[in-house]
Amino acid sequence: MAKFKTRLKVKMKDGKVNVKAIMSHPMETGRRKDKKTGETIPAHFIKDVVVTANDKPVLTAEWSIGVSKNPYLSVNYAGKSGDKVKISWKDNKGNTGEAEKTVK
Amino acid sequence: MKRRTFLKGSLAAGVTGAAVGGGLLAPSMAFAGDAAATTDPYAATSVEDALKALGITAEDSDKITVTAPDLAENAAVVPVEITTTLDSAEEIIVMVSKNPTVLVAKFKLGETADHGVKCRFKVGKSGDVIAYVKAGDKYYTAKKAVKVTKGGCGG
Repeated sequence: MAKFKTRLKVKMKDGKVNVKAIMSHPMETGRRKDKKTGETIPAHFIKDVVVTANDKPVLTAEWSIGVSKNPYLSVNYAGKSGDKVKISWKDNKGNTGEAEKTVK
Repeated sequence: MKRRTFLKGSLAAGVTGAAVGGGLLAPSMAFAGDAAATTDPYAATSVEDALKALGITAEDSDKITVTAPDLAENAAVVPVEITTTLDSAEEIIVMVSKNPTVLVAKFKLGETADHGVKCRFKVGKSGDVIAYVKAGDKYYTAKKAVKVTKGGCGG
C-alpha cells in the first residue's frame, strides 16, 4: 500500500552495520477523538517489526501505542558489506510493509 | 476493545506457552506468567502492574544507559536511545511511567546485534523512561527522567 512507506538505510560504520528505518504509519492510540464528529479514532499501530540480515534475525520488536507516529528505528549489528538487510512490519489491522537493502 | 480480548485470549496463553516450550523461561517464571495471564501487560496502567503482568523483577544496573532529552520539545516524539554493556543482553523492554499504557516496546536482540536500540516514543506527562534489559535469566533496569512542558514550549 502506498500509504505505508518503509524507508531503510544501511551503512557501514566503525566496522558495524548501522540499520536505520522510518515507517510511515499513523500510530493511532485509540484515545484520540475526531474533532468534528467526536468519535474516538480506533487504535491503529505497528505491532511487530522484524529486522533481518541475510535471513538471520537482528532485531525483533513488539510495539504498542506508545511508539511515536512514523516510527524510527536504529540498530547496529556486526555485519559486512554485501549483507542483505530486510525490515518488515505488521500492524494491528493486518497491514504489512517491508524494505530491503544491500550493505555497500 | 477487540485488541484487549484478542491479546488476553491468545497472546497471553500463546506467548507463555511458547516460551515455556522453548525453554526460555524458568518454571517459576512461567508460573508467574500464568498467574498474570488474566492481565494484559499492554493494558497495564502502572509500572508495577506491567511488571507483574510480564512476570519481571528487576534490579538496578549501571550498565544500562538510557539517553533521552531532559526536556522533551515534542512530547509525541521523544528520541530515546538505550544501550547496555551487559554481556548477554537479549531483550530490551521499554516503559514510560506516566503514559496511560506504560509498556511501549519490547525489543529482542539477535546474536549479531549491538546491545542498543534507538527509537522514538510518546511521553504523555513528565515521568521516567524505564528500560529493562534481560541478560541471562535476570532482568536489569535503568531509567531517565524526561520533563514534558505543556504546549510543547521548550523553554
